Amino acid sequence: MMEQQLNLWQFMAQQSDKLLDQTITHIGLTCISLLLAVAIGLPLGIWIAQKNKAAWVVLGIAGILQTIPSIALLGFMIPLLGIGSLPAIVALFLYALLPVIRNTYTGIRGVDPAITESARGMGMNKWQVLKSVELPLALPVILAGIRTATVINVGVATLAAYIAAGGLGEFIFGGIALNNTNMILAGALPAAFLAILLDFLLSLIQKAELRKMRKIAIALPVLLLLLSSFYIFPNAQKKILAGFTPEFMGREDGYLGLKAKYRLNIPTVVISDAVMYKAAFEKKIDVISGYSTDGRLKAYDLVTLLDNQTIFPPYYASPLVRQETLVQYPELEPTLNLLSGKINDSIMTELNYRVDYLKQLPEKVALDFLMEKGLYKKPKNGNAGTIRLGSKIFAEQYILINMYKMLIEGNTDLKVTSRTGLGGTKICFDALTNNEIDMYPEYTGTGLLVILKPTKNKLDQIIGSRDSVFSYVQHEFQEQYRLKWLKPVGFNNAYALMMRRSQAQSLKIKTISDLKMYADKKKEL
Amino acid sequence: MIVAENINKQFNGVQAVKDVSFEVKEGQTMVLLGTSGCGKTTTLKMLNRLIEASSGKILINGKDIFSEKPEILRRTIGYVSQNNGLFPHFTVAENIAVVPELLHWDKTRTSKRTEVLLHQLKLEPSEYAKKYPDELSGGQKQRVALARALVSNPPVLLMDEPFGALDPITRAGIRNEFLNLPELKNKTVVLVTHDVQEAFELGDRICLMNGGSIVQSGPARELIFKPVSDFVKNFFGHQRLQLELSALKLTDIWEMLPDSHAGKAPDLDDDNSLWEAMEVLSGSNQERLIVVNKRSKAVKTASLAELNNAYQKVKQHP
Repeated sequence: MMEQQLNLWQFMAQQSDKLLDQTITHIGLTCISLLLAVAIGLPLGIWIAQKNKAAWVVLGIAGILQTIPSIALLGFMIPLLGIGSLPAIVALFLYALLPVIRNTYTGIRGVDPAITESARGMGMNKWQVLKSVELPLALPVILAGIRTATVINVGVATLAAYIAAGGLGEFIFGGIALNNTNMILAGALPAAFLAILLDFLLSLIQKAELRKMRKIAIALPVLLLLLSSFYIFPNAQKKILAGFTPEFMGREDGYLGLKAKYRLNIPTVVISDAVMYKAAFEKKIDVISGYSTDGRLKAYDLVTLLDNQTIFPPYYASPLVRQETLVQYPELEPTLNLLSGKINDSIMTELNYRVDYLKQLPEKVALDFLMEKGLYKKPKNGNAGTIRLGSKIFAEQYILINMYKMLIEGNTDLKVTSRTGLGGTKICFDALTNNEIDMYPEYTGTGLLVILKPTKNKLDQIIGSRDSVFSYVQHEFQEQYRLKWLKPVGFNNAYALMMRRSQAQSLKIKTISDLKMYADKKKEL
Repeated sequence: MIVAENINKQFNGVQAVKDVSFEVKEGQTMVLLGTSGCGKTTTLKMLNRLIEASSGKILINGKDIFSEKPEILRRTIGYVSQNNGLFPHFTVAENIAVVPELLHWDKTRTSKRTEVLLHQLKLEPSEYAKKYPDELSGGQKQRVALARALVSNPPVLLMDEPFGALDPITRAGIRNEFLNLPELKNKTVVLVTHDVQEAFELGDRICLMNGGSIVQSGPARELIFKPVSDFVKNFFGHQRLQLELSALKLTDIWEMLPDSHAGKAPDLDDDNSLWEAMEVLSGSNQERLIVVNKRSKAVKTASLAELNNAYQKVKQHP
């Protein structure tokens, strides 16, 4: 525990520049959106407090906005506003709107009618009643709404990291993806602290006595404006901009490697895998970190850059099978190997594209492919035993699993049950070692980095060569887990840097070294 | 001073006030009396247009109240709302300054006037001006509300159950103060209450309302001794003796009282009621009390037995 704490402080100290930057961005996102929400929500709440019919409609719409999951709301923003701080602020603004409107409405409605009536009775007009009586008396309730909105926004602002708006989410999601607790905490602790701090500051204002409310009504917007001003909107589009996933940002075989080995130094934003390809297509960003066989590569006409100094380990897919199963059913291994060498990168990309973008069923895509290659045989409906197949939760794995199912049922007397969609690597691997499934398709790079986690020396020795990685992984799995890697299917779903085809061609960038040279040249100019 | 002619009010098709007409002379206090829901508060609020009359004519000081903006009208009419309606976030001084601010008075004029009023209402300005309503007792709040309504010296004062939230003892005390307040001596007042005793004490005229209409209006004595219907009779049935004694002034029985030659200072004047005279007698060891006639300065005397005799005679031939 002590050691972990020490490490956390060390990590935070080491990353203090980034941390400060993220925290300022986080405060900026929160405060700007809050200010907008108050600027719009307060008048709206005041208005509906006078118009009961409109209250239903306005509160209803704001309520519906609130029920949209935050990540989905950010997703909706991308086609409308692209990526970056603008859509993030808009989404946060929409979230903050309901508490502000509802509390303004409730607060004003809750003012003792005897008091407003006596105000009118003395000759105040509507505006004077609102300004001198209703708003000051409703202010504690309105402030409670702003507090709620603040805490919500500090939380939701972490998701802004998914659409390249920055903030403490960069560490949190990077940490989650990398299973790096220190990194998660380095983002989560400041975020939690920020929420508590802002809430506390507002609570001080709220607790101030009723009589000081008039001063506070002026002080609050000024305070928010001040906090917002720390945050300057990211400047206009850079010449060339990279968008990397939080996971990629923290990996040795990712951004860190790019910096260390290629000395690549280009402006970078953090963005979620889900929107990255589209953002590249829409020219919001120019370089992304994708997977070489992703169907979106084809859909958005992107090209991969050659990893000419090999920092990305190979991710060749192979069936990973329990040794016991192979011994029990000797006919299984040759059957599974039928697929070996049949699918290269571009074929796999095409197949993924059909499932991800053309929305064809994985079964149909698998069947079409086997038919075309002459590998398909009608199921024998045998009864010699049951093979339990597993898969992770993305299209490529579904397609492979369907192919293996058809091959086994066509070529042997074995039956197949499949458990698809088993979350991530850890879940599949545990299911396999616990004898809950017999095989699933795994990638050599994943086996190497996620399961085996070799020393840095060992890694440097083998990472350059596809064959040495494969034989190392095969050997270690056999020794440690009694699991066998069969022959690779053929494609390599490794990390790769990608660019729009047109841009890469016009800038004559083919390798990562080309990219580095271009980026450096840009800087000199 | 105030003339209402055939005023009506419908709320969503329900007739809340039906064909109500009355006149309040300058310097008079008129009480709108009735059970809850009888339309008395609605009638009051139509006078300063907090509620807009559906039809009818209202003149204040000869001027049609619908001829100007309601806000402007209200600034010229004192208004004390139910439960005092003080602004909890304003100090006593700030509360009183609301109307002067609306009328753009300068600060020194407002603060001088505030001091005068607070003195009259027995709230020492140095102690109370900076206090907030929640630091005051119920009676003190009510006095501030009154000061707030009186600050711009409006000729007309409207009061909606002004003493409703007070306990009976405070209530009687404030009522007394109210009666003797110099500021109020020549004000035209319309006051709403459901408290019969209060109506008898404060009202020069009483309008008894039921179901949105005026059932009977006139001085207290007329209502209690010459009720126009069983409703009026029953309305005062509960404390009849006390009310009757309150409705009769000493001036009404002046002729039946013996002259006094004792040469002592008078205890009461002829504007006091029989009830008040009896209270003085039962509260002291005196057998007789001395009454002075305010106009003629003649002095008479009365014992409990003589008061009772006179009362019985009036009752038989009202």
